[in-house]
Amino acid sequence: MNVLEVKNVSKRFGSLVAVRDVSLTVPKGELRAVIGPNGAGKTTFFNLISGFFRPNSGSVRFEGEDVTTLPAQQRVALGMARTFQITEIFPELTVFENVRIGAEVAAGFRLRPWISRAEKNELKQRIDESLTLCGLTDKTDRLAAELAPGHQRAAEIAMALILRPRLLLLDEPTAGMGDQETYDITQLVRRLHRDNNFTIVLIEHDMRVVFHLADRITVLDQGALLAEGTPNEIASNDDVQAAYLGKAA
Amino acid sequence: MTREQSLKLASIAAIWIALAFAPLWMPIFGGYTALGTRVLVLGLAAMSVNFLLGFTGVLSFGHAAYFGLGAYGAGLALKFIALSTPLALLLGTLLGGVVGSILGAVMVHRRGVYFAMVTIAFGQVFYYIAFQWSSLTGGDDGLRGFSRQPLDFGAFQIDIIHNTTYFYYFVLICFALAIGLMGFILRSPFGRTMVAIRENERRARFLGIPVERHIWIAFTLSCFFMAFAGSLYALLNNFADPRGLHYSLSGDFVIMAVMGGMRNFWGPLLGAIVFVVLQDFLSSITINWMSFIGILIVLVVLFFPRGLLGLLQRSSAT
Repeated sequence: MNVLEVKNVSKRFGSLVAVRDVSLTVPKGELRAVIGPNGAGKTTFFNLISGFFRPNSGSVRFEGEDVTTLPAQQRVALGMARTFQITEIFPELTVFENVRIGAEVAAGFRLRPWISRAEKNELKQRIDESLTLCGLTDKTDRLAAELAPGHQRAAEIAMALILRPRLLLLDEPTAGMGDQETYDITQLVRRLHRDNNFTIVLIEHDMRVVFHLADRITVLDQGALLAEGTPNEIASNDDVQAAYLGKAA
Repeated sequence: MTREQSLKLASIAAIWIALAFAPLWMPIFGGYTALGTRVLVLGLAAMSVNFLLGFTGVLSFGHAAYFGLGAYGAGLALKFIALSTPLALLLGTLLGGVVGSILGAVMVHRRGVYFAMVTIAFGQVFYYIAFQWSSLTGGDDGLRGFSRQPLDFGAFQIDIIHNTTYFYYFVLICFALAIGLMGFILRSPFGRTMVAIRENERRARFLGIPVERHIWIAFTLSCFFMAFAGSLYALLNNFADPRGLHYSLSGDFVIMAVMGGMRNFWGPLLGAIVFVVLQDFLSSITINWMSFIGILIVLVVLFFPRGLLGLLQRSSAT
């Protein structure tokens, strides 16, 4: 079954066409990378999938359901979670509290005046699982603002995981990271994909990361779909080389 | 229990003990009981503003509207409906709270300065209604001709009309119930979604929180608390006037919250104490008392952005 089916979406900002007629189909269990030069429309495309914007035309289906006009929080409730290029966390809360808010919302407790001890324990167990998976067990009581960028990113991913998403959207998870942090995050995403069978779509700049992780790659250029295929097919695609290296190549 | 937790518990115990014995110790420092009652009522109002400002990150500059509506609601109930203090409190709270919830539904789609402007605009509407509708509200002279009533428990009555100490304790119990409920909400999963919205609205939305609806609920709750404080204010003065709806009073509540420390639950109460006591003391010396409060608020905002309570906490930590 296809988790995500994007059909011919376009998005205009005034006279600028940021995304032009792009389609994308992601089956369950796949890790799809979306790449492209700066300004190719990758993040806008992501925003159309996650509900940050509505497309001017085209449709987005999630697990067969048309979500094109649904606001972001309802797409989250259906099972889509995302992270951002610039990490979005709750800086003045601890790592545990950051993840707990997601856990409570996902459990349907957001309007509850109180939660029982049993529910609290169950939540704690789930939060601990998510933090363990993301390698944050020794940081649970630290303020999110005090963490290194790599750990903040891991915390953001932990917050996405606690929602038990059936589609995980990662916008440049290694942006602004050092070598070691890039390696750690790459390994984390790989574990999520290989061991935990998450369906993932990620935008990535770092080609080492892309070719290490992706099952298939979608290349955007100037808002349009340039190529799609396995990493090997993309590596040998002339159009892609031209887009990245200039027409001379 | 860590040292920090026990310190916190001790401070909270100290606050309640100080409040419980205020009628005894205040006269020693030249205070009087009605001043303590005023601190409680305005403190509750400042804490209600801060429920929204400090914990949801939404600044309303028109909250006096719901305070004033509570006051008029309580006064009109006593004057025209029934001679009952609890009924007056109930109807005053309902009037301000329900109006707040209706207007809030329109306002929550605005953010920041735009939200603040809309809250002022709606607030001023009620100011002018109260000002012009003399036959009902008494216009600029204010609503008179009502008085709080003794509490009737069947077997016995408590005279809160003439005995200001009894009235202080009545207000203290109301205050405790209201902020107890406030604290309970803030510690609930819903309260945590409020803080999530304050900390990062985008992340809150992408965790699946319907942000506008949650801001609306927080706004509504804060209006109910505000109207409850306003009803108590009408009972305190046996009077309600249009200035209780005016945006300058909204500004006073925001000043109390910011001066005391808006990230702290108790900060606005400290702000209200400083504000009310300074006002009482300085206004007997000079009519320009507000300029001294102005200097103080400038100093606090420049040098202690976490408010006076933040300053106290920092000095106790070192």
